Amino acid sequence: MELAFIIEKLILVTILFVLTLSIAAYSTWAERKVAAWLQDRVGPNRAGIFGLLQPLADGGKMFFKEEIIPSGSNKWLFIAGPSLALLVSFLGTAVIPFGQNIELFGRVVPLQVTDINVGILYIFGVVSLGVYGIMIGGWASNNKYSLMGAIRGASQNISYEIAMGLSIIALLLVTNTLSFKEIAEQQHGWHWNIIYQPLGFIIFLVCAFAETNRVPFDLPECETELIGGYNTEYSGFKMGAYMFAEYINMFVSSAVMATLYFGGYNYPGMDAVNSALGATWGPVIGIVVMFMKIIAFIFFFMWVRWTVPRFRYDQLMDLGWKVLIPLAIANIVITAIVITVVDKL
Amino acid sequence: MESLSGRKKVLEQKPMNFWERMYLPAILKGMGITFMHMFKKKETIHYPEQEREFSENWRGMHSLKRDEEGRERCTACGLCALSCPAEAITMISAEREKGEEHLYREEKYAAVYEINMLRCIFCGLCEEACPKEAIYLDGPIVPADYLRKDFIYGKDKLVEMPIKELEALKGATV
Ligand code: SF4
Ligand code: SF4
Repeated sequence: MELAFIIEKLILVTILFVLTLSIAAYSTWAERKVAAWLQDRVGPNRAGIFGLLQPLADGGKMFFKEEIIPSGSNKWLFIAGPSLALLVSFLGTAVIPFGQNIELFGRVVPLQVTDINVGILYIFGVVSLGVYGIMIGGWASNNKYSLMGAIRGASQNISYEIAMGLSIIALLLVTNTLSFKEIAEQQHGWHWNIIYQPLGFIIFLVCAFAETNRVPFDLPECETELIGGYNTEYSGFKMGAYMFAEYINMFVSSAVMATLYFGGYNYPGMDAVNSALGATWGPVIGIVVMFMKIIAFIFFFMWVRWTVPRFRYDQLMDLGWKVLIPLAIANIVITAIVITVVDKL
Repeated sequence: MESLSGRKKVLEQKPMNFWERMYLPAILKGMGITFMHMFKKKETIHYPEQEREFSENWRGMHSLKRDEEGRERCTACGLCALSCPAEAITMISAEREKGEEHLYREEKYAAVYEINMLRCIFCGLCEEACPKEAIYLDGPIVPADYLRKDFIYGKDKLVEMPIKELEALKGATV
């Protein structure tokens, strides 16, 4: 392995890390702004212009808050919970292609930390690890509310992972590959997977909301019933870590959805732009397009949060097991039949 | 039973149909509504710069009044303190000396007059109790502060500005 390769990856990882952190930080700002706009308010506007320094103020506040570790809790696990949640949420960004190969200083640099050929499986593995942060944190707190939140989080994630996996199987029938890079390449031109898999996308979207514990499926936190759920006992920066993990999860699932269903960094008229701008600046436009799609999804997440009330727990389970899973299976069958018929013709 | 108000609406409890059970159409409708709200006029009043218009009977910060000649009206009778349900008012009275007639209207006056704004509930009973029309809750919103001791307002903050100073101030701004 040559040195230049290591340096290249190191730089890419660092940029991605900082970018993810800042997107998560500004998601908290955006969340308040969007909430305000949807409710005819103006939102944070005192810290800096348009309140843009608000995330810094929040971060400062989080750092200076008192760290309380409840006396009856398991201290080691209590710290491990939020750390794990944060760590796992970062892992997902590794396999997402943020752009085409870009030519920099005479080298062709892929804008993806690693293109493993089972990228989708990797994401699934990482996402299912995410629930451990919630479970450990909720269990270690030695608090009934936290435990309830943790149990809810676990059963909710297990239920929705099934439907999510099934919706992905239908997608894989179309794409024939598990690699994110190849899936993104295949959608070049107007072959976005949303056109072939509209039902699959809707199922995936609903499951993504459940997996990231966002409203309307935020039952693990559920302020009104569980006063914060798994993070009831958390304060200071550990609480911040959970919050950050949620926003990073949102970013990752937005990126996954944009890549799997909405063409990733592809956009109409891409070839013309690429040949006009060359191999360095062409892909930059692609990156911008990718991030626009991601931001659109993040906005969508927030928009739903400030529109839809929380589901009841039995409704959540009903929706997962009795509606989404049958629909996903039907989707697989229909997709398989259509593909076979089209192939035979 | 016949409804008394005539506005009773009987809701039918029928099981949800397929579309309702999918929740999606209803959610999309709701999202349409919230999206339109993004473009509505914002209701926010940017407080320190802008102020909401107060109603006629708004009760804000207290002010101790002066009469037409600029003398303090309060005679330290203590009725306001007695009527105060929050026990927010304390005062120390003093007798008017010779030569102070231009300062205090009655022979007795409040040397110290303090209202603890953290205790006050702005009920306005002090205003009602006062026989001398000396206290009114006609001021602005009591501002926030950092220390408890700064919420105990003394005469320096409560007593109305003397008329002369007020006129001087007006002259300066005109
Ligand atoms: S407004 Fe009511 S609570 Fe406040 S000082 Fe007057 S009597 Fe007391
Ligand atoms: S403010 Fe009025 S009620 Fe209170 S002590 Fe003075 S004169 Fe009496």
